[in-house]
Amino acid sequence: MAPIIEFKKVSKVFGSNKVLVDADLSIGDGETITIIGGSGKGKTVFLKLLLGVLRPDGGKVMFKGRSLGDMEEKDVVRMRSRIGMLFQGAALFDSLSVAENVAYPLRQHFDYGEEKISQIVQAKLGLVGLPGVGEMMPADLSGGMKKRVGLARAIATDPDVILYDEPTTGLDPANTRRICNLILELQKKLHVTSVVVTHDMESAFRVTDRIALISDKRFSFVGTKEEARQSKDPLVRNFIAGEMETGDGV
Amino acid sequence: MDNLALTPSIFSPRNFFVSIGQRFLNFVTHIGGVTNLAGRAFQGIFKYRLDPEELVRQFAVIGNRSLMIVVLIALFTGMVIALQLCIGLGRYGLKLNVGQIVGLAIFRELGPVLTCLMVAARVGSGIAAELGSMVVTEQVLAIEAMGANPVAKLVVPRMLATIIACPILTVIADVVGSFGGMIITVREAAVTPSFFIDQIRRTVLVEDFMSGVYKAVFFGFAISIIACYEGLNTIGGTEGVGRSTTRAVVFSSIVIFISDFFLTKLIVFF
Repeated sequence: MAPIIEFKKVSKVFGSNKVLVDADLSIGDGETITIIGGSGKGKTVFLKLLLGVLRPDGGKVMFKGRSLGDMEEKDVVRMRSRIGMLFQGAALFDSLSVAENVAYPLRQHFDYGEEKISQIVQAKLGLVGLPGVGEMMPADLSGGMKKRVGLARAIATDPDVILYDEPTTGLDPANTRRICNLILELQKKLHVTSVVVTHDMESAFRVTDRIALISDKRFSFVGTKEEARQSKDPLVRNFIAGEMETGDGV
Repeated sequence: MDNLALTPSIFSPRNFFVSIGQRFLNFVTHIGGVTNLAGRAFQGIFKYRLDPEELVRQFAVIGNRSLMIVVLIALFTGMVIALQLCIGLGRYGLKLNVGQIVGLAIFRELGPVLTCLMVAARVGSGIAAELGSMVVTEQVLAIEAMGANPVAKLVVPRMLATIIACPILTVIADVVGSFGGMIITVREAAVTPSFFIDQIRRTVLVEDFMSGVYKAVFFGFAISIIACYEGLNTIGGTEGVGRSTTRAVVFSSIVIFISDFFLTKLIVFF
């Protein structure tokens, strides 16, 4: 599997706080990888580096073989049209209707006519099981519905990569199951690469091919879910067992 | 150690100077951040496509939030100045000159300053709270993740709308304030409305009127940039939104008062 995303010796520092030091990770095209780690260990920083919102202080973040650091602004914008992201709280724009939210990345990246945008929006809302909610405002939606609209927005541009930031946090078991099923369904239908950042190990094991653990400022474990289950590494075992202690002072 | 330096109970000359140094550093960082955002916003006007609908929406929001309160403040300010001048100038038998001083005071100073203080309170706080909420709910990150530029999408329309709205509101305040002054002067100094208006027309020159308009343009710019900066730099969840809102109003008000002096000097110079 050719890598679509690579972190090569990536370091990121905020003031005196080193978040990542010489972190290496390679994500294959079409695979699903779950990033786990304690709070404040750099999972969100990892996503921001991947989106090009943050620049690394050392090393390289590569997307399809090109370093983000060498890209011009317009290339970074083009790259972002190939990456969709589902945010922890969905991050829907309060002032826009559901349909306008889903249409937002389409208007940003393409010069489609209103009719085509409307068709795509309806199709994506249908894909996440929410046909007919386009005229509603985000405030009128439940937490689970917001996540699904956020997912429809993330896949609006038919991206190559979807980033999921805590996709099941705050959801009831039924909605958690629904979101996991949607992630699996999208993998099958769209053949996308999925990067899932989560604390929810049960959901992680359902949807993922590989697991990467961030601890001690790097990816201390990267392996398949079977390897993670059988790992003797106390950090991995502790995390999988539900303990948040990852050995470096969390 | 640095935290201890800020604890009042462990006072020492060293801690005192460390604290002063930290505050100065924060102040300089803040000024740098606001200046940087202002530069990026100006660059954004020419670099990115402006969304006219968003500009009109922001303009309508500013008008909706401030018009009534600006009218109310201007009316009573004009009235109270006229009343005070009737008392003060009446002691020297100069009640007939009240209109001249009311006109100059409102058009040159009180119109722009009081109007923009109200805009800072109503609109600046609103912008900081709105953007702060967007930051804590990751909406600003979402804008960036979808390939848009937050400065172009959020800051530029708000900045332009405030820069346009402040002078318009100031002109309205000038007219309403003069009207308020006229009501009281007619009653207290026994002059006719046409006499009062004639005094203002003879005393207040175009440059006096424009001086207030220029100030309002600058104040509008300062209010919007400070509010956007505070909003976009919100940290600490909903509590942080409250802090950003307060800071936006306080800093905008301070900038209005301080820059008013220098702008007055500058306009007189030119």
